[in-house]
Amino acid sequence: MTKPFVTDNRPKRTHALDRIEKARGVFDSKVSLFAKIGIVTVLFVAFVASFMLGRYPIMPAELFQTIGAHFLDPASLEGSKEDTAIFNIRLPRVIVVMLVGAALAMAGASYQGMFKNPLVSPDLLGASAGASLGACLALLLDLPSLMIQIFAFTGGILAVAGAVWLNKMVRYDPILGLVLGGILVSTLFQSGTSIVKLLADASDKLPAITFWLMGSFAKVDNQDLYLCLIPLALGFAVLLSQTWKLNVLSFGEEEARSMGVNTRRTRFLVIVASTLLSSTSVAIAGIVGWIGLVIPHLARAIVGPNYRVLLPTTMFIGAAYLLAVDDIARLVSSVEIPIGILTSVLGVPFFVVIFRRNMSGWR
Amino acid sequence: MGDCAALLEVERLNCGYGKLEIVHEATFVMGRGEFCCIIGANGCGKTTLLKTLLGLLAPQSGSVSIDGRPTAKMDEKELARYFAYIPQAHRPPFPFTVADVVLMGRTPYINRLAQVSDEDKAVAFESMELLGIEHLAERTYTQLSGGQQQLVLIARALTQEPLFLVMDEPTASLDFGNQQTVLSRMRSLSTRGTSVIMVTHDPDHALFCADRVLMMEEGRITGDDLTAAIITTENLQRIYGEDVVVLDVEAMPGRMERVCIPLLKDR
Repeated sequence: MTKPFVTDNRPKRTHALDRIEKARGVFDSKVSLFAKIGIVTVLFVAFVASFMLGRYPIMPAELFQTIGAHFLDPASLEGSKEDTAIFNIRLPRVIVVMLVGAALAMAGASYQGMFKNPLVSPDLLGASAGASLGACLALLLDLPSLMIQIFAFTGGILAVAGAVWLNKMVRYDPILGLVLGGILVSTLFQSGTSIVKLLADASDKLPAITFWLMGSFAKVDNQDLYLCLIPLALGFAVLLSQTWKLNVLSFGEEEARSMGVNTRRTRFLVIVASTLLSSTSVAIAGIVGWIGLVIPHLARAIVGPNYRVLLPTTMFIGAAYLLAVDDIARLVSSVEIPIGILTSVLGVPFFVVIFRRNMSGWR
Repeated sequence: MGDCAALLEVERLNCGYGKLEIVHEATFVMGRGEFCCIIGANGCGKTTLLKTLLGLLAPQSGSVSIDGRPTAKMDEKELARYFAYIPQAHRPPFPFTVADVVLMGRTPYINRLAQVSDEDKAVAFESMELLGIEHLAERTYTQLSGGQQQLVLIARALTQEPLFLVMDEPTASLDFGNQQTVLSRMRSLSTRGTSVIMVTHDPDHALFCADRVLMMEEGRITGDDLTAAIITTENLQRIYGEDVVVLDVEAMPGRMERVCIPLLKDR
């Protein structure tokens, strides 16, 4: 044992059982059962509904019949339109939408906590703009999907690093400074995207890039799903492992270090993981804005600020919200509306309401 | 008083920011259960010295060691089990509950998966009991008064089960009554065996609760002795450059207390 003897000298604690019981009650999460069941139910309803809604509506009875037959008696479904719609078109889309919703919401919540700033999100920090430029470049160069993701991640990380660096340079009000840094970096990267568009072939690549930038899940297939699974899972796992430290970090750099947190490593992990989530989302679906700003605030208003509860909650709510919006995008008109337009249109009033309520969860 | 065995040894410590040296050749030792105040004028290096002890600043030369082991070789987690820092109460951006805040003191003990054991919860609860704030457990930290917030931060520090509690002006934003509450709680903690190092601007605070005072002037420790030996008219006039008298008065029949009285020049 290399343990120094001073630690061994400390009086051994003996805790009576009833006191441990008492302590447990005090420290356990106080989120109401109602809220938990509510959130899971909303997600489940959105999930089931997403298989039925669309240009080719499927009734609940047909849905369950087809799903049953798909696993029990695949032969009977030869050439079935329902089977194709459910498993080849809607299933990958629904899963990708949920993953992206969860990813953007979680990235936003993590950025906000780490920068101690209620106003940041993947969009405002420049991560989205950076990832877009990277992905557009890859599209311009006709690179494969994997390279699109790598380019997007590189762009995203560069943009976030730029925003943080500008914030340090300016030494202005730290909350506003970071937002300003993000706006400056976004502007810069958006100009880059415009140059890429200018260079793109106006007959095929330019419309493709433009449409993709508006944000859409219309072309998502199984291959996209497989490709995004690993980076997203990695991002989720890293962030969920840092929830305790995110709580401690919100008390500031010095206090967190004096409580035993390696703040440099934690910040690095959180920034890389959040940016990985944001840029992977951008690489798949283009710019789907506002999720990373709105959902964390909504989740905080429901379950409070403790990241150990908050992060999983943002995943569920983000997934449910984006699924619902994607369903609207599919249904509203005969031509599918790019989802990025819808999330922005819905996000603004949503955010105004949350802001008017004193930013619940921040005070 | 602390026992004689030196627990903390600071030897010829030079520290500061970057290349700028602020504290020169600081040397002192501390034992278990000692309550030590550091006094000195603004800018004399008190806070720099504290930050270096806490490991927030790396020493430029010299060493800080606990029980013979240099702290420079310890990581954050290990250091946090020896030193707990009690900052001035300030507002974190999130409305955590008091229970959440106190439990954060277990950070140096929890594993990678951040599983909180019953032991962790029991230690946190005991800290709250010790400071008499267990009834606040479910309240929102950000909505408490300054004095209550300070007690919560002390409970959080105790939850780290440290050997040293380190405080920088912990009472600066508290009213008169709350200052006394906080300082007397700190005093009773030190008699239970936790050593306390406190930077203070108010020599009366040192008189109120310290066993011993380190006096700092321009980055050097110029006095290290029992409180009564350091807090004298001559010393205070010199380090603060103002007219001050230190008197021993009979605060209650049979009870002598030392007080500092600032003097207005033109009276």
